[in-house]
Amino acid sequence: MRYGGLIFGLSIVLGAGIALAATSRKDETAHNGQAYDEIARGRYLATLGDCAACHTSEGGKPYAGGEPIETPFGIVLAANITPDPDTGIGSWSDDDFVTALQQGKAKNGVHLYPAMPYPYFAKMSRDQILAIRAYLDTLEPVHHQVETDQLPFPFKFRLGMVFWNTLFFRGAAFQPVAGKSNEWNRGAFIVEGPGHCAACHTPKNFLGGDKTGEPLVGATLQGWFAPNLTNDQRSGIADWSADDIVAYLKNGHDRHAAATGTMAQVIADSTSQMRDSDLKAIATYLKDIPAPHQPTAQAVAQNDPAMRAGRAIYVDNCEACHAGDGTGVANLVPPLKDSPTVQSPDPTTLARVVLHGTRNVATTGAPTSPAMPALGWKLTDQQAAAVLTYVRNSWGNAAPAVSDGEVSKLR
Amino acid sequence: MTQKLPAADAVIVGLGWTGSILAEALTRAGLKVVAIERGPWRDTATDFPTTYAQDELRYRVRHDLFLRPAQETMTFRNKASQTALPIRSWGSFMPPNGVGGGGVHWNAETWRFLPSDFQLKTHLTQRYGAKFLPEDMTIQDWGVTYDELESGYDRFEYLCGTSGKAGNIKGAKQDGGNPFEGARSRDYPTPPQKQPYGPTLFAQAAKELGYHPFPQPSGNLSQAYTNPLGVALGPCTYCGFCEWFGCGNYSKASPQTTLLPILVRRPNFEARTLCEVTRINLDGSGKRATGVTYVDSDGEEWEQPAELVLLCAFQLFNVHLLLLSGIGTPYDPTTGQGVIGRNYSYQVTSSVNAFFDNKIFNPFIASGAIGMCIDEFNGDNFDHGPLGFVGGGYMGAVQTNGRPILGSILPKGTPIWGAGWKKAMADNYLTAYQCATHGSCYSYRDAYLDLDPTYTDPLGRKLLRINFDFHPNELKMSQYLTDRLAEVVEKMGPKKIDKKPRTGPYTITDYQTTHTCGGAVMGTDPKTSALNRYLQSWDVSNLFVTGATVFPQNGGYNPTGTIGALTFWAADALVNQYLKHPGPLVPA
Repeated sequence: MRYGGLIFGLSIVLGAGIALAATSRKDETAHNGQAYDEIARGRYLATLGDCAACHTSEGGKPYAGGEPIETPFGIVLAANITPDPDTGIGSWSDDDFVTALQQGKAKNGVHLYPAMPYPYFAKMSRDQILAIRAYLDTLEPVHHQVETDQLPFPFKFRLGMVFWNTLFFRGAAFQPVAGKSNEWNRGAFIVEGPGHCAACHTPKNFLGGDKTGEPLVGATLQGWFAPNLTNDQRSGIADWSADDIVAYLKNGHDRHAAATGTMAQVIADSTSQMRDSDLKAIATYLKDIPAPHQPTAQAVAQNDPAMRAGRAIYVDNCEACHAGDGTGVANLVPPLKDSPTVQSPDPTTLARVVLHGTRNVATTGAPTSPAMPALGWKLTDQQAAAVLTYVRNSWGNAAPAVSDGEVSKLR
Repeated sequence: MTQKLPAADAVIVGLGWTGSILAEALTRAGLKVVAIERGPWRDTATDFPTTYAQDELRYRVRHDLFLRPAQETMTFRNKASQTALPIRSWGSFMPPNGVGGGGVHWNAETWRFLPSDFQLKTHLTQRYGAKFLPEDMTIQDWGVTYDELESGYDRFEYLCGTSGKAGNIKGAKQDGGNPFEGARSRDYPTPPQKQPYGPTLFAQAAKELGYHPFPQPSGNLSQAYTNPLGVALGPCTYCGFCEWFGCGNYSKASPQTTLLPILVRRPNFEARTLCEVTRINLDGSGKRATGVTYVDSDGEEWEQPAELVLLCAFQLFNVHLLLLSGIGTPYDPTTGQGVIGRNYSYQVTSSVNAFFDNKIFNPFIASGAIGMCIDEFNGDNFDHGPLGFVGGGYMGAVQTNGRPILGSILPKGTPIWGAGWKKAMADNYLTAYQCATHGSCYSYRDAYLDLDPTYTDPLGRKLLRINFDFHPNELKMSQYLTDRLAEVVEKMGPKKIDKKPRTGPYTITDYQTTHTCGGAVMGTDPKTSALNRYLQSWDVSNLFVTGATVFPQNGGYNPTGTIGALTFWAADALVNQYLKHPGPLVPA
């Protein structure tokens, strides 16, 4: 790596190197009658936190790390968190592990990047974090050295994280809100805590910290727009019932949408594995988030040249599956009418799907995994922009027109 | 050197319809199943998305989805006095290749055979006397009845979401359905597809003649459907690219749209593609299969041991592998002894082209299986006594396509290129219409499969040899059916018709259908059948064979519905009987 020779020593890989004679967690728990319950609890918390999403790389051994995480500042590779003493976290003490999740600091004092979503994990209690540790200790130790830090100058300097944490990190365990139901509070804990929904769905400031005044209103990252999870009438989930949200998180499909992109992975590894009661709790909490005050979008006029061209392109290329009225096909082709993704202020996801195609997640509840074919090869920027504008402004939809330039950038 | 792999509970040769159905049943029962497929993995999203699936040149003309004859082919001759030659470009039928098999590129016509079809020999002998049948005809009963298969038919239709109209529910006749069909336990899972103008006109004409037209049962769905496994299909868009093509809309029933999404999620299922099984291995006794040997795409040879071998390849290749593996006694046409290769049969199709002045048919609004049919002249639904032949078929107006290159219907004598051809195309594209018959093909002593004495494949194995011609009984039947069809077509009001009954000799170069049948048939007597009534080899009890290979003769319908029903029947026997007590399910 270009700056690998710098002497700060702050880019040392998580868990590498210093072999302290720490007590293994395995020894501590071996004779503990509570071990099974503790491990099962930790495993479920790891599911809520979707740890595998980053820490298990595609085709790799579970939790052995190496999956590249794309951040606005560069690539970070997820660490090996198997109990391997040399390359994993086998030599960490309980306190080391709790510190990492609650304060964003690795065993050797190195600051973690918030690609590891510790600002959210900090909502978990020490007991909960140790349960996750108990679960991780049951994994096969994998000797797999991961050079987590792939960031360019100046983001390589982890010391910067001290200042970042001062600015944005409010590490405090979750406190139930009085006056709200247990279900609501459970949902709030999952969404704000281990579920780390805000990591994608809350917009970030220029330093990558959450814009705390705009929670969950949607954000662009990794070439996708993570949609608005508030009850906004157009781009949010106002029309979704709690049951719709549960169905979506459990199956990856409901009557409004089909999950793809980054969310497909979240559903496959995390939400589809959650208990129904937790999905219901998430839904209860989300349905209680008011819509922010956003200017009301005006639909582009039907006689606008882009709309007329877009309609013709839609009839030829889209209508067979998405239907003339944009309602799609039950369980197979998601509707475009009333869709938050279609009407999001930022058309990144919609444009990407049209240009490059995509495939919906497969789950036990909805195993079909249908795909949208790529149309980028047969539509010019202007044609793609026209059909995007058309679907964003037909059947009662309204959203800003898409320009040729926006399409061009997303090719 | 052959490398030996860890044993599986079951190995499946060929991952098409029958391999997928058996894989689903056996993995659900907890078995570790390995499927070995000669062709590539195929999936809707990656292999036939709507953006390029409808490519007539690539798929219809250049045979993109099919096996390459250079990889494996067969030789053919009409009669024993000829020397068989290798087929170097597919013509009469199209051997499938790849995951999904023929289920990828079929028209999705999803029929049930008639109850009497399964007891054909007994039924015809009882009604007309043994002397009525040609001396060299070798038809026989299947060893299984329609009633026994009803549940299998039902499950296959509900797996597929088949669109149709029942004609007989538990013995009660239903208006608008096929009055001749066997009793079904319930209606089709989805209503019939919408009928275009041509089939509507045909149905009116048929009614005027006193017939009972009904919508053809279609695996291209009339509406969205989620099957009992939870896999979702969409409504057909009537694009008319079904046969020869994969469906990009998830609307044609295929292993891809009904079963594979479930199979790929099962940890005890594995598919190995681009791997060609070269033989089924037997132990020293020759009575037990120990697995299969296959060659991968790098030419490496592997042995896959298994407790159970399921031969689920295309009809011809099942017979080929049995012959190459030395399983069962090869059929000898001079003595009539032996069963492997015996009773090879096909399908006898014909058509009537009609040319109209003032009717616009819009043939591009099409689906592989939308149409209106009549069944008055199928099987033994009519009295053959005065006619001097046996057999029959359905007939009707099935609007499969209006494709520009080879989908044209032009009057006899039209030039095949140039200005005359262009003018005829312009004059007839919208106003010409084709109706067709789909007739049975019974089996004969001299219609069989064996190993070619001369030609070998790239692996050095003898090619399969097809010995086949149409017999006078079938040609007489085709003439009769075509005449009856022409009477209906005349009622539709054309200015001119061309009748095209099937004539001999059978040609291997003109496409007719891919419904090759038989060669390792099921039955009740090991002297005349390779398999017992559960599709289990009489000789090797841990070997089962599926597909049209097992048909003792072919009925007057497309075979896939019956293939599906038989596969569910065999799956039940495997799971409920064989796995509990491995061994012969019927004493030989």
